[in-house]
Amino acid sequence: MITEIFNGMATTFKHIFRKPVTVSYPEERLPLAPRYRGLHMLVVGDDGMERCVGCELCAVACPADAIYVEAAENTEQERHSKGERYAKVYKIHMLRCIFCGYCEEACPEEAIVLGKQYELASYERGDFVYGKERLRSPLTEAMKQRPDLHPDW
Amino acid sequence: MLHVSDTGVLPTKEEEQEFERGLLLTTLDSLVNWARKSSIWPASFGLACCAIEMMATGASRFDLARFGAEVFRGSPRQSDLMIVAGRVSRKMAPVLRRIYDQMPEPKWVIAMGACASCGGIFNTYTIVQGVDQIVPVDVYVPGCPPRPEQLIHGIRLLQEKIARERPSKQGLFHLPWHRAA
Repeated sequence: MITEIFNGMATTFKHIFRKPVTVSYPEERLPLAPRYRGLHMLVVGDDGMERCVGCELCAVACPADAIYVEAAENTEQERHSKGERYAKVYKIHMLRCIFCGYCEEACPEEAIVLGKQYELASYERGDFVYGKERLRSPLTEAMKQRPDLHPDW
Repeated sequence: MLHVSDTGVLPTKEEEQEFERGLLLTTLDSLVNWARKSSIWPASFGLACCAIEMMATGASRFDLARFGAEVFRGSPRQSDLMIVAGRVSRKMAPVLRRIYDQMPEPKWVIAMGACASCGGIFNTYTIVQGVDQIVPVDVYVPGCPPRPEQLIHGIRLLQEKIARERPSKQGLFHLPWHRAA
């Protein structure tokens, strides 16, 4: 019986000298998977043109109905995108969103992409409707999170 | 002690007493808040797939014990925080409310994941579209399911919120019907 207790305690004490598996999160972070999907980015090209052309395919593809797009025509005086139309209103409800990436898959212009930012918690439910001003991201910033993007789309 | 109160430069004796009482209470407040925020015991209330991430958060890799919140209690009487992890069906809603009512004050609620926060993809007649229709929610954590890091981030936000509270203003024994939900 003594040997059994000794064996058991030896296993217990062995763990004292092992490296702890804990990742102390706010200071150090686990590396994300290369295809991890976090907060969306609405890519704005280097020439200041939004890639989004307001086709609403992302809103159609969204299984959670979290995306709302309102398109408007580009004019000669006011040009926002290279296409005929642009997204006048682009809203994503981040609470509804399940980060499946279908919007990115549906997007013909590589305009809406999912980045790596994941700290999104907040106190108010109303804070989670992300408008264009919070989603817009310059291409260079987006490329930092998503190196697989095409700079010359 | 100097009292040049007529000039208005130094506070009067009454003002000084008031100040000291405030100082004492704010110190007491911060002590109470420190105690509350460093030992948020969650009720184990896992409803769906988010519960798996909640378990992972409590396990050794992410180790919720670093924030004093690892003791998932089986009884709502012993818990301060309810992490609603998963979709709440209409049949589950009264149960959730009863468990919330059974928790002693002070108590907080985290809506974890898309379904608990607002129904998520289940925009149907069977799922409650957000637990804030039933209980007052303090922190919403989006994600489907959220990473353990995201839940820890939510708990840290809750700790900041608790640190901002003034228990002496609410009365140290503040009652559910005094609570601003």
